[in-house]
Amino acid sequence: MTQFERKHPGLNLGSHHGAAHDQAEALVFGFWVFLMSDLIIFGLMFATYITMQGPMAEAGGPGPAQLYDLRSAWIQTLLLLTSSLTFGLASLAMRHKHGVAPVVVPLVVTLGLGLTFLGFELHDFQGMLAQGAGPGRSGFLSAFFGLVPLHGLHVTAGCIWLMVMLAQIAVFGLSDMVKLRLLRLGLFWHFLDIIWIGIFSIVYLAGLTG
Amino acid sequence: MKDEPNYRQELRSYLIGFVLALVLTAVPFGLVATGALAPLQTLGVITVFALIQVVVHFRFFLHIDLSQQKREDLHLILFTVLLLLIMCTGMIWIMASLSERMH
Amino acid sequence: MTPDTILPMIFGRIGLDSLPFVPAILNPSTSEFIAAGAAGVVFLGAFIVLGVVTWFGWWGPLWRDWLTSTDHKRIGIMYIVLALVMMARGVIEGALMRVQQGVGLDGGFLSDGHFSELFSTHGTIMIFFVAMPFISGVINYVMPLQIGARDVSFPVLNQISLALTAVGAALIMISLILGKFSTGGWPAYPPYTGLAFNPGPGPDYWIWSVGIAGLGSTLSGINFAVTIYKERAPGMTLFRMPLFTWTVLCTAIIMVFAMPPLTVATATLALDRYLDFHFYTNDLGGNMMNYVNLFWLFGHPEVYLLILPAYGIFSEVIATYSGKRLYGYMSLVVATMSISVLSFTVWLHHFFTMGQSANVNIAFGIASMFIAVPTGVKVYDWMATMYRGRIRFSVPMVYATGFLMLFVIGGLTGVMLANPTISFQVHNTLFLVAHFHNVIIPGVLFGLLAGYHYWFPKAFGFRLNTRWGYITAVLWIVGFCVTFFPLYVLGLMGMPRRSVSFTDPSFEPLTLIAMGGAMLVLMALSSLMIQLWISVRDRATAQVPLGDPWNGRTLEWSIPSPPPEYNFAVIPQVWSRDAFAADKEAGIAYQEPETYDAIAVPSNTSIGMVVCIGGVLLGLGMVWYMWWLAAVSFLGIVGAFIVRSFQTDTHRIIPAAQVARDHRVWLAQIAASPEVTRAQECSPANRGRAMNERPEPSL
Ligand code: HEM
Ligand SMILES: [Cu+2]
Repeated sequence: MTQFERKHPGLNLGSHHGAAHDQAEALVFGFWVFLMSDLIIFGLMFATYITMQGPMAEAGGPGPAQLYDLRSAWIQTLLLLTSSLTFGLASLAMRHKHGVAPVVVPLVVTLGLGLTFLGFELHDFQGMLAQGAGPGRSGFLSAFFGLVPLHGLHVTAGCIWLMVMLAQIAVFGLSDMVKLRLLRLGLFWHFLDIIWIGIFSIVYLAGLTG
Repeated sequence: MKDEPNYRQELRSYLIGFVLALVLTAVPFGLVATGALAPLQTLGVITVFALIQVVVHFRFFLHIDLSQQKREDLHLILFTVLLLLIMCTGMIWIMASLSERMH
Repeated sequence: MTPDTILPMIFGRIGLDSLPFVPAILNPSTSEFIAAGAAGVVFLGAFIVLGVVTWFGWWGPLWRDWLTSTDHKRIGIMYIVLALVMMARGVIEGALMRVQQGVGLDGGFLSDGHFSELFSTHGTIMIFFVAMPFISGVINYVMPLQIGARDVSFPVLNQISLALTAVGAALIMISLILGKFSTGGWPAYPPYTGLAFNPGPGPDYWIWSVGIAGLGSTLSGINFAVTIYKERAPGMTLFRMPLFTWTVLCTAIIMVFAMPPLTVATATLALDRYLDFHFYTNDLGGNMMNYVNLFWLFGHPEVYLLILPAYGIFSEVIATYSGKRLYGYMSLVVATMSISVLSFTVWLHHFFTMGQSANVNIAFGIASMFIAVPTGVKVYDWMATMYRGRIRFSVPMVYATGFLMLFVIGGLTGVMLANPTISFQVHNTLFLVAHFHNVIIPGVLFGLLAGYHYWFPKAFGFRLNTRWGYITAVLWIVGFCVTFFPLYVLGLMGMPRRSVSFTDPSFEPLTLIAMGGAMLVLMALSSLMIQLWISVRDRATAQVPLGDPWNGRTLEWSIPSPPPEYNFAVIPQVWSRDAFAADKEAGIAYQEPETYDAIAVPSNTSIGMVVCIGGVLLGLGMVWYMWWLAAVSFLGIVGAFIVRSFQTDTHRIIPAAQVARDHRVWLAQIAASPEVTRAQECSPANRGRAMNERPEPSL
C-alpha cells in the first residue's frame, strides 16, 4: 500500500486493490488538472481587476479606500484559514483513525466555518450595494464583483459538496469511493484558500495601502 | 511501511503550516492597519508574503514537495504558473500600454 | 393578473415575430425568404430524422447503443456525425456569402443584417461545431486504441463533454427557427454584442452556445491528457507513443489552458448583458479592448489546438502510405511541444491595430514569426518520410500532398501578417480571410478528411469507396484554390472583409471567380456524401474484419475492425515505437495469450442525456429570459449529479470466457486468410490482412 499512500496523504484504500489504486491515481491527477484550469480563470479575473483600477475605471464612483473593510477581510481570512486546518484534521483522521466520528466532526466544523465565511462576505457585499456601489456603478466595481464573488461561488459549491459528502458518509460509511471524493474535496478546499491569499493581498490589502 | 509518516508527525506538519500562514497573514494586515511603512514598501511586503504563503499552503496543506513521487503534480503546477505568468503579464502590459496612450 | 403580465413570465421575450415565417410574410424580401427557408429545412430535417427513427423502430437501439453509451468509440463516432451535419450548414452558408459577394456590386440579394448573421454563424459553427467536434471525435476514437487502452480515464465525463458540445450545436440550430443570431462575428466583439447596440437574443445565443460547448472542451482536454498520462499500455513510454497521440497530448494541454480565457470572456460578456456589469461598455469605466485581449488569449491557442491533431494525422498517414518509419520522430515531438507553448505567446497579432505602442506590437510580431520555425521543421520531416518511400497514392495521400503544398502558402501569408506594418495594411480585408481559410481548410479540414478515410475501416469494418474518394479530394483541393486565391488579390486591392456589397467594379471579376470556386466546394461536400452513400451500399465488397487494411504501424491496427467494446482482449506489451509494425516484422503479431481475464467496462448511463436536454433548456431559458425554465433546468442538472453520486454500481463485467471465445474466432480467421499485397489494397481481396513490406527501406 505504501506507494500510493505516500503519494496522496489523506487516503487509505487498503492494500488489496491494485486496479482501484490506478483508478484513484487518474482521478486525483485529473482533479489537479481541473484545478489548474480553474486557476487560469482566477488568474485572468485578477489581471482584469488589476487593469481596471484608477479614475478612468472608477468613473467617478467610490474606490477601494471608501469601500473595503479591513476588519471584515481579516475575519474572513481567519475563517478560511482555520477551515483549511480543520479539513486537514479530517483528512488525517480518515487516514489514521478508526471510526466515522473523528472524520465527521472536523468536517462539520469546516462546513460551519465555510458558511460563516459566506455570511461575512455577503454582509460586506450588501453594505456595498446599499451605498450604491454595485457592479452597475463602474468598471472597477464590475471587476471587483466579477472576482470576489467568483471565489464565493466556489466556496458555496464546496459547501454543497461537503454536505453531499456528509450524507454519503451516513449512507456508505467511509468506503473507498467516499474517501476518494473527500480527498478531492480537500484539494478543492485548500485550493480555494490559496485563491483567497490572492484576494486579500491584491484586492483588500493593496486596495487599502496608502 | 517504515518510512510511513505517523499521525503525530503529520499533525505537526499541518499545525506548522497553519502557524506559518497565520504569521504570513498577520504581518501584512498589521502593516496596512497601522500604516507603519511607506505604501510602496507595504506593497512589497504584501507581495512577498503572499508568494511565500502560497508556497506554504502547497507544501503543508496540499503536500506538494520535491519528492520523486509527486514530480508529476509539481510539473503540472509549475507549467500552469508559467502560462499564468505569460498571460497575466502580457495582458497587464498590453492594457497598460493602451491606457497610457488614451490620454 | 392579465395575459400581458403572465405571458412574459412564461415565455420571456419570445414573441410572434421571433418566428422566421412571420417576418417573411409581413416584409417579403429575398433575404427573409432565405431565412424562412433555412428554418423550414431545420424543421423538415428534424421531422425526417424523428420519422425515420420511429418508422424503423430504432429508438431502443439508439438509446441503448449510442445515446447512453460510455464507450469512447461510439462517443467519437457521435462527435463526427455532429461535425458532419454542422459542416453541411457551415459550407452552405459560406457558399451563400460567396454568391452574395459575387453579385454584390452595388447590392446583391441579402440584407446587411442577414449577411452579418451569416458570417457570424458560419464562423462560430465552423470553429466550434465542425472543427472542434470533428477533432474530438477522431481523438476519442483513435487515441485510446493507439496507446493500448480500454477506454479514456473518465468515460462518463467523456459522455458529458459530448453532451455539452451537442447543447451548443443545438442552440445555434434553434437560433435559425427562433429569433436571430448575433451579428458580431465569431469572436463576438462588443460593442456589436453589447446590450446597447444589440439588445436582442442574438448575442445571447452566441454566449450560451459557445460558453457551454467551451466547457465541454475543457473537460475533454482534462480527460485526454489524463488518459495519455495514466492509461498507456505497459512498455509504451512517452517517446514510444505514436505521433498522433503526441499531438493529442499537446492539444489536450492547450484545451485545458486556453479554454479558460474563453470562459472568462463569455462569462463577463454575459454579466454585462444580464446583470448590468460594465466590463466592456462604452460608459462608466468599461473597457472593451480587454474583451478583444481575452478572446484572443483563447483564440490563438485555439488555432493550434485545431491544427496539431491534423499534423498528427498527416504524420500517421504519410508514414503508413510511404511504407516507412516516420522520419525525425524526435524533431516532430519537440516541434509539437514548442508549438503548444509558443502558441500562448502570440495572441496580440490578432489586434495589432488596436492602439498599443509599437514596442508591444513588435514583441508579439517577432514571437509570431518564431512559431513558423517548428512548423517548417515538420514539413521537411514529412517530405523526408516520403523520400525513397514506396508511396501508395491513396486518397489520404492526395489530401496529404494537397496539404503540404497549400499549407505552406497559407503559412507564409501568416508570416507576412505577423509583421505589424503589413498587418496594418491588410487586416480586415479579404486577404486575411484568404489566409485563415488557407491554413484551416488545407490544414485542419484536409487532415480530418484524410483521417476519416484512413480510420473509417477501423471503425465500421469496411473501406470507403476509393473512386469517389479521389473525386472528393480533388474537388476539395481545386475548389479551395479557386475560391480563396482570388481573395488574396481582392484583399490587396482593398476589399474589406465582412462587407455585404461593394461599389468598385474592378472587384467583380474576382468575386465571380470565387463564387465559382464556392460551387466546386459545394460539389466536394456533395461528393463526400455520395461517397459515404455508395460505400455503405457496396460494403459487402469492401469488408476488412481482420483489422489491418493499410499495413498499419500502430496498435489500433492490431485488433479487429470494428474493435470489440473492450478494444484489446489482452492489453498489449509494447517494446518499441510503431509497436504493431515491429511485431509484424518480428513475426510475433496475432498471438494467442496464455490466459484471458474478465474485463470491467463502464455501464451505460443517461446522465449525458440529462445534461444535454437540461442544457438546451437552460440555454433557451437564459436567451429568452424565461427565468423559471433556466432555474428549473439548472437545478435539475445539479440534482441529477447528486443523485448519481449515490450510485455505486457503475461497471459491467465481461467474462473471460467470452473474451477468449471472440478473440480465438478472430485469430482463426487471421490464420486462414492470405496476406494481400499493396497492389490489391483497394480490391475486395483486401480483408484486412495486409502483407508486411520487407525489408523496410531505410533513410
Ligand atoms: C468550405 C468552404 C468555405 C467557404 C466557401 C467559406 C466562406 C467564408 C466566407 C465568405 C466568409 C466571410 C468572409 C467575410 O466576412 O468577408 C467566411 C468567414 C469565416 N470562415 Fe469560412 N468558408 C469555408 C470554410 C470554412 C472552414 C472550414 C472554416 C473553419 C474551420 C471557416 C472559418 C471561417 C471563419 C472563422 C470566418 C470568420 C467569420 C467572421 O468574420 O467572424 N470557414 N468564410
Ligand atoms: Cu493567431
